[in-house]
Amino acid sequence: MDIRFKFMKFRKIAGLISITLFLISCVSLGLRGLSLGLDFSGGTLIEVSYESPVSLESIRNELDNNGYPDSQVVNFGTNLDVLIKVADQSGNSSVGESIFNILSDQEIPIELKRVEFVGPQVGDELRDQGGLGMIVALFMILMYVAFRFQYKFALGAVTALAHDVVIILGIFSLFSWDFDLTVLAALLAVIGYSLNDTIVVSDRIRENFRTERVLEPMDMIDLSLNQMLGRTLVTSFTTLLVLFALFIFGGELIRGFSLALIIGVVIGTYSSIYVVANMLMSLTLTQDDLAIPEPEGADFDGMP
Amino acid sequence: MLILVVLIVGSLYALPNLYPTQPSIQVAYTDSGRSADQSLLNDLENILEESKTDYEDIFLRENKIVIKFNDVDTQLSSKTVLQNALLDKVIIALFLEPATPQWLKDLGANPVKLGLDLSGGVHFLLEVDIETAQQGRLELLLETYRKTFKEERIKFDESSIKDLKLHFKFSDNQSYNKGLKKFRDDSPVINGVQYIITERPSSDVLMLEYSDIALREIRDYAVGQNLITLRNRVNELGVSEPIVQRQGGNRIVVQLPGVQDPTAAKKIIGKTANLEFRMEANSRTSPLRKEEFNFKENEFQTAFLERSVIVAGDRVTNANTGFDESGFAQVNITLDMEGGRAMQKATSGNIGRRLGVLFVEQKTKSELVTNEIGESVIEQTSYIEKNIISLATVQAVLGTSFRITGVGSPAEASELALLLRAGALAAPMKFVEERTVGPSLGKENIELGMKSIVIGFALVVLFMIFYYRVFGIAANISLILNLVLITGIMSLLGASLTLPGMAGIVLTVGMAVDANVLIFSRIREELKEKDPQSAIRDGFSRAFVTIFDANVTTLITALILYIIGTGPVKGFAITLSIGIVTSMFTAIMCTRAMVNLVYGNKNIQELKI
Repeated sequence: MDIRFKFMKFRKIAGLISITLFLISCVSLGLRGLSLGLDFSGGTLIEVSYESPVSLESIRNELDNNGYPDSQVVNFGTNLDVLIKVADQSGNSSVGESIFNILSDQEIPIELKRVEFVGPQVGDELRDQGGLGMIVALFMILMYVAFRFQYKFALGAVTALAHDVVIILGIFSLFSWDFDLTVLAALLAVIGYSLNDTIVVSDRIRENFRTERVLEPMDMIDLSLNQMLGRTLVTSFTTLLVLFALFIFGGELIRGFSLALIIGVVIGTYSSIYVVANMLMSLTLTQDDLAIPEPEGADFDGMP
Repeated sequence: MLILVVLIVGSLYALPNLYPTQPSIQVAYTDSGRSADQSLLNDLENILEESKTDYEDIFLRENKIVIKFNDVDTQLSSKTVLQNALLDKVIIALFLEPATPQWLKDLGANPVKLGLDLSGGVHFLLEVDIETAQQGRLELLLETYRKTFKEERIKFDESSIKDLKLHFKFSDNQSYNKGLKKFRDDSPVINGVQYIITERPSSDVLMLEYSDIALREIRDYAVGQNLITLRNRVNELGVSEPIVQRQGGNRIVVQLPGVQDPTAAKKIIGKTANLEFRMEANSRTSPLRKEEFNFKENEFQTAFLERSVIVAGDRVTNANTGFDESGFAQVNITLDMEGGRAMQKATSGNIGRRLGVLFVEQKTKSELVTNEIGESVIEQTSYIEKNIISLATVQAVLGTSFRITGVGSPAEASELALLLRAGALAAPMKFVEERTVGPSLGKENIELGMKSIVIGFALVVLFMIFYYRVFGIAANISLILNLVLITGIMSLLGASLTLPGMAGIVLTVGMAVDANVLIFSRIREELKEKDPQSAIRDGFSRAFVTIFDANVTTLITALILYIIGTGPVKGFAITLSIGIVTSMFTAIMCTRAMVNLVYGNKNIQELKI
């Protein structure tokens, strides 16, 4: 048997790390919350591009004097692009317009890049929908995995997913990165990706449990992980390659998105090795659980 | 075979994306009822020739005229030339005409549509205030019942509307029962009941509110009517491919690609058209109290109406077409209670006179003026235009509901009903979301997206060749086919590509490798025990189950994302789902076909993988 790396030897330490990260994330989420992007918080956002660099302080002063004291003014990408956020909750849709007019009156010429206004109600709805979507996704996956594999795998898979999602949220909360709709999309994509990994590993564990009846469960899991290690690393590597391309070249608008995915892929790879296997060990997966071989999914025979 | 068919069809539909686009303009008559014709085409040709403008092609297409140019500068200057010459007669929109060859168009193959974040433009989400519409209906209902109860001697002490409910306090138990019976008799409609009745027999109070069925009907009517109005207004903006769509229960999405001035767009979308009902002036009306108006249908016909307005459009709650006893088309109009009262008062002494309906629009007029530095520029001023859409003889005293007969053909009747509804906005709307993307940002986004796709793709291709050699090349060819298929399917579905959508494609490229990697590593393992041919065979078939399971779950998340996401994020869900399906197809079918092509039917001793 070819067990090059005894993953399960470190399972206690890995479990500890996971639990610690999970707890830190929960605490940060509880105390600091997420810094919600415009999609969820509602308000107005305006991005303008200046012909020459301009001091943010002067823009802030100008807005202060014109009745927008609580606006956030930051550079976006380059020092010529300025992003202004106003958390106006009154549902007034003409804030962007008037801010653009205020800034146009100054000396340096500007160009409007985008204005986004999200009414408070729409923001709330998107937030509810997002949360609901996440829960529905987790539930449906639980059902599918339980149906295709076995409930212990399903529990393992969903624990791994919850682990990934909470830690990514925790990191976004800790660093106060903007959490908007694209980050939510990334989070759901991470669920898909991490699950992909988890299923591939589970699939191999299941197969080995059926064919290699001589080994202890721990060795069996180690064997499976080793067999899949090459594949897991190659896939994670190529995915990370494209994600870094996206992060570096994709521009400011999808930076949060690619960042969430990068973190997600790293954590997802880790969790499919440790969290799932750990759960299976703790739930003491036995051969009996998989004793009756279910018919393998339709034999592939699609060649012309 | 199947592979070939899919690949050919996929490539065919991906093909239009390779052709460049051509700066073009689109000209339509301002009057949406009028289609562009040969005479307009000739006019345009003359104007362009006079100004010595080079254009490549001019032709008629679906009641609009399309003119193609060789470059953007000519496109822009021609727009000015044409607008200066024709002013308000026409609406001119700039757009990019894809240079798709005719044989591809005939197959329905068109380039991928760009989302607003890539094309630039504005997106509005408007919410229709259903409660106001409901309140209006309730007022009408209250008035109807007050009248009915009086006629039928059902006594009540109090009647009012509280919290979107009718409250009736009856004088005695007998009246209470009669009232209850009346409500119950009126309630049933084809698909259920209209009212929910709350009974308080001890205090002789009945409360009545609309049932869900009735509310849905009110909502659908209000939203439908606002949709019509919005479509008409958006047409005025001269956008080549506007979207006006209902979203969910009471919201309407308006997307205007290419529009750069959200303020102007908002003004036009948010403006109120209106109706005025006025009596026709007769010989006794003093000249000071009458006004002359044109008919909307016929510019040369005019009529004098009294200055005083009986009822305005905000009192109209419904207008639809029907047929009278002898089968002629008619338009049925319903007013709210106040409107009905005013109409009753105005018509009671005036049977035999004619009642006119004025359609009131806010319009902008363009004029050529010379500015301080001697250039002639177009100056726009807004004004109010009022046209007569109906002038009919009053046959009886009118109330809350009446009809206009003698309106001509059913088509003309429904045109009139549409105008009446457009004039009377059933329920007010407000902007709940607005996103504007400037044209420069759109271009920037396309560049960034393309750059990430190309770089990400190149990195993966290099890595695969380095790591898997011959098999890597097969996988790379699959990857390229995968991109072609995604593009083809996007074109075929008419789905819009957005920036997150491009990110979705990049991500698919990274993840699509997974299926190949799974197959290859499986073959490697099988090789330890079996000969190369059976290793390849078993490798493919055993990896399939794993790949299938892993991808179904990702599809589930993509589907959920599609349901909850809006705009750009939906684009991500679309490309991700398409990418998953195509990558499974290419990895399993295409790679295998290629591997068979190379190693099939040969007795190979050694396999490099």
